[in-house]
Amino acid sequence: MEDYEIVLNARKEDRKVASDYIAALFPDFLEFHGDRLFGDDKAIIAGLGSLGDMPVTVIGVEKGKGTEGRVYRNFGSAHPEGYRKALRLMKQAEKFKRPVLCLVDTAGAFCGIDAEERGQGRAIAECLYEMSTLRTPVISIVIGEGGSGGALALSHSDRIWMLEDAYFSVVSPENCANILWKTIDRAADAAKSLGLTAKKLYELGLIDRILSGKNMSKLKESLVSEYEVLLAQSESDLLEARYRRFRKVGY
Amino acid sequence: MELKKFFLKPNNELESTGVRARSRRITCKKCQNIVPVSKIRKNNFICPECGAYMTVRARRRILMLTDKRSFFELDRDLQSMNVLGFPGYEEKLSQAMEKSREKEGVICGTATIGGYKTCIFAMDANFMMGSMGAVVGEKIARLFEYATGRNLPVIGVTVSGGARMQEGMISLMQMSKVSAAVKRHSDRGNLYIVLLTNPTTGGVDASFAMLGDVTLAEPGARVGFAGPRVIEKTLKTKLPEDFQRAERVLECGFIDAIVPRPEQKKYLEKLLRLHGVHKMRS
Repeated sequence: MEDYEIVLNARKEDRKVASDYIAALFPDFLEFHGDRLFGDDKAIIAGLGSLGDMPVTVIGVEKGKGTEGRVYRNFGSAHPEGYRKALRLMKQAEKFKRPVLCLVDTAGAFCGIDAEERGQGRAIAECLYEMSTLRTPVISIVIGEGGSGGALALSHSDRIWMLEDAYFSVVSPENCANILWKTIDRAADAAKSLGLTAKKLYELGLIDRILSGKNMSKLKESLVSEYEVLLAQSESDLLEARYRRFRKVGY
Repeated sequence: MELKKFFLKPNNELESTGVRARSRRITCKKCQNIVPVSKIRKNNFICPECGAYMTVRARRRILMLTDKRSFFELDRDLQSMNVLGFPGYEEKLSQAMEKSREKEGVICGTATIGGYKTCIFAMDANFMMGSMGAVVGEKIARLFEYATGRNLPVIGVTVSGGARMQEGMISLMQMSKVSAAVKRHSDRGNLYIVLLTNPTTGGVDASFAMLGDVTLAEPGARVGFAGPRVIEKTLKTKLPEDFQRAERVLECGFIDAIVPRPEQKKYLEKLLRLHGVHKMRS
């Protein structure tokens, strides 16, 4: 697939969304709502479930299904309260010493007057800031779209995995083409130049694993064994490795 | 060609020095009045006619905020590379270097402010609109690590359009890198003061610009995550006049104080003193 096809494919409505993964991986999932500050953001599904016999805090950016479902989930674009809910539950995971799984699938954090005035920038910054020293293992999987800061906010993890047909980008190819060449007709060129595919990002050392296929039992096995590896590390080793992981980017 | 270059005027007229500069004038973008450069410089780059805040180069900004001859620059030679082979990036970089007369979009170092020893970084709007690539992220992260190791405060002057597209995900992840370095600095009990200047947006807003212990802003500075044009396009409405302006962002609860340019140095001195920062013997 061409890079831009991967982007278009990642946006398709018939793709599996976060709730599909949650249902398949965590049959006993309990959803928790609200950020305790403002409200409950439907674009983020968060809660608790067990992976095998391991309790895990799960946070997923949810795009929803069907027109109504998509509108209800705001097409998977979170407001600040979504990131604050995610962070609240990550802190809870830290307290009860259980690992965290983030499922990333968003075109980006929501752009709107309300989102700005409730501190979209601050909400994302706080996620990065607090996750950098969260004393429990975190794995993030980009299952579809990894749209800029809104996706990055849930990717400050010990491991970043990507589906082979997902993308992760600093800017959407259309916006990039529009800014640089004043036309969205060159979105395909932009997609190619941005290096946003799982393969390219793996080569650059920015992600840790490419997941092929969507075999849920295999994914479950991989997650369990990776959490075991991470849980075996001391807290300080875990945090030091997480710091190094991002510290070396670009240098 | 070479001869032509020889006669080119410096891009940023505010920065030229010497006798010739004194006779030069610039037009205020807001009120269109023509004002002598010397007058503007004396007035902290505020238009004496209409009070508009003009863009200040990073190096000048540091001069304005720190004690005379106290600034010692760190990592001044780090330069960007076109890692992704992004079309046109090299040209953009060399244009930016010519325009800003800097090697990258941020200047970092140590200085004293009213005798208080501190680390300081200032971003430069003339370098690809202060966009953050690997070098900008690296320099700021190194500064925070330097400050953490020596228990020094950090003062950051931000101006940025966000992450630098031409470096793809490498630039986006600088947000993670710098935020983690800020956290380590903070966890050791160190002070970080941010001064938001016009505009501070995108990936910089969504990382270290919003992580200060004390968050200050210049009057009228645009501060926000998404660009106003993007929001207008998404919502198909006109935005209110004060949207994303520092005064409004303060009302929303994200800025501690708005400090006019002539008072900034004194304000920082006071803050450093109140935090018990070590004073250098002069």
